Amino acid sequence: MELLPPFHVATPATIAAAVAARQRQATGRFIAGGTDLMVNLRHGLGDPAALIDLRGIPELQHVTAGPDGLVIGAAVTLAELAEHPAVTSRYPAIAAAATAVGAPAHRAAGTVGGNLCLDTRCIFYNRSAWWREANGFCLKYKGDTCHVAPTGKRCHAAFSGDLAPALLVHAAEIDIAGPDGVRRQPLAALYAEDGAAHVRLAAGEFLVRVVVPADPWPAAYAKARARGAIDFPLAGVAVALRRRGSDVDGLRVALTGTNARPFLLEGTDGLLGTPVSPAWLDRLGRLVQKQVSPMRTTLLAAQYRRRVAAALAQRLAATLGGADAVGHAA
Amino acid sequence: MTQAAKQVRSFRLNGRAHDVLVADNVLLLDTLREALGLTGTKRGCDGGECGACTVLIDGTPRLACLTRTQECDGHSVETIEGLAENGRMSRLQRAFHERLGTQCGYCTPGMVMTAEGLLRRNPDPTEAEIRAALAGNICRCTGYVKIIEAVEDAARGAP
Ligand SMILES: Cc1cc2nc3c(=O)[nH]c(=O)nc-3n(C[C@H](O)[C@H](O)[C@H](O)COP(=O)(O)OP(=O)(O)OC[C@H]3O[C@@H](n4cnc5c(N)ncnc54)[C@H](O)[C@@H]3O)c2cc1C
Ligand code: SF4
Ligand code: FES
Ligand code: FES
Repeated sequence: MELLPPFHVATPATIAAAVAARQRQATGRFIAGGTDLMVNLRHGLGDPAALIDLRGIPELQHVTAGPDGLVIGAAVTLAELAEHPAVTSRYPAIAAAATAVGAPAHRAAGTVGGNLCLDTRCIFYNRSAWWREANGFCLKYKGDTCHVAPTGKRCHAAFSGDLAPALLVHAAEIDIAGPDGVRRQPLAALYAEDGAAHVRLAAGEFLVRVVVPADPWPAAYAKARARGAIDFPLAGVAVALRRRGSDVDGLRVALTGTNARPFLLEGTDGLLGTPVSPAWLDRLGRLVQKQVSPMRTTLLAAQYRRRVAAALAQRLAATLGGADAVGHAA
Repeated sequence: MTQAAKQVRSFRLNGRAHDVLVADNVLLLDTLREALGLTGTKRGCDGGECGACTVLIDGTPRLACLTRTQECDGHSVETIEGLAENGRMSRLQRAFHERLGTQCGYCTPGMVMTAEGLLRRNPDPTEAEIRAALAGNICRCTGYVKIIEAVEDAARGAP
């Protein structure tokens, strides 16, 4: 692999210092565990003059659980998150999603902020510099054609972070720091359906923390991947389902690995007020198949990812919806 | 190399204090292998995928091919070279040897360091826990069964 570009690393100890460090460096990049960015930099994907390591900032370092919900610092590692007692006991979908990331060494280094701001992935992008150069690069970086959809004008690389869907189904919000201070917004609003610009952060802005409301609905996360031991999701699905009696009274479904952004499924309101049944699961499956848009960005066929996304959603909803429905899931 | 400015970084390496003069863009894997001559830590995929470069940082398994030397300033780094005492292999190393947990040997330093990290945290792991701990270490020779048996043996105190 290539040598790393000649960056220097800043290690700010405050939010303000991190913002200032980024503003001083037009080509600077924030970094945390580096398990995504270091790999990409070694592939010649980016040439920052400075890396600004966010892990030394106290506001980013802790998980706390209280009456206002769960607050997760952006520099908390996935290993810390997955093992936190409040997370394992009350937010099992978040613990499962964190545990589903890579292998233990990735989770020991990789952080929540890095996972939520993960670069998108594509078989034409996650390649060495010489491979990409021989292929004329591509629209996402240094080139002008998308090899996946050559007639299109945008990049379809897939967002493949595991954590985002599990946070989305809990209606998580994020605090973003920037030159104008800290603002709060829904996590869902962080993302755009563009593989070359999927994270909506202005220069100098970074994630400080994630806030997950208290009293979470029962929820679960599952992913399909090529190798069970360690792999990015080909499709990942989180479902949160609240029941009143046997009826579904609240439903949120979120997906990753199928689109340029993780997203909340629309139209789930139409599935409320009835119990989970085989017909209900069919409708859920159709809703998923309609809204995901996997492209040929992975070695496995896009159609497989579409169908497995629906099947995972059905399986999780069947389990959360009550024992009756289990066994009918696709 | 590049012209990035160098700085002195100080860390404990296999229990002894070390100072190295490195630029910020130098990987721990390169410092260990090229500057310090500790070639036990292997460069496999060189991109975070295979686990051959696993070392312990503050006792936790980490990938030296994704870690900058600069990040290790003030921390403790342990490599495969640090396990043997007075020329005798550690119990875990002996178990890999006795149980044929190593064939070509290329994945072995990473496997051993990952297992060492596991056994320090969890001295009596189940087979499932061993498998989960070794999930990021790829071996193209053994088929993994002998590696798992070696870790089980080391945990049980045999051989
Ligand atoms: C072999 C391998 C397998 C992997 N498998 C998976 C997997 O199965 N699932 C998965 O989700 N990931 C996987 N990963 C990717 C990665 O390990 C994780 O997503 C990890 O959580 C990334 O976090 P990090 O702190 O290391 O990110 P970094 O590499 O430090 O940063 C990633 C990106 O996020 C930005 N960033 C970091 N922190 C912030 C912040 N606070 N605010 C704004 N931007 C920020 C950086 O600028 C960078 O663009 C894998 C990686 C490898 C090498
Ligand atoms: S989807 Fe197209 S533009 Fe995006 S990374 Fe792949 S080939 Fe490049
Ligand atoms: S060489 Fe580091 S993971 Fe393969
Ligand atoms: S013994 Fe050859 S790769 Fe594992």
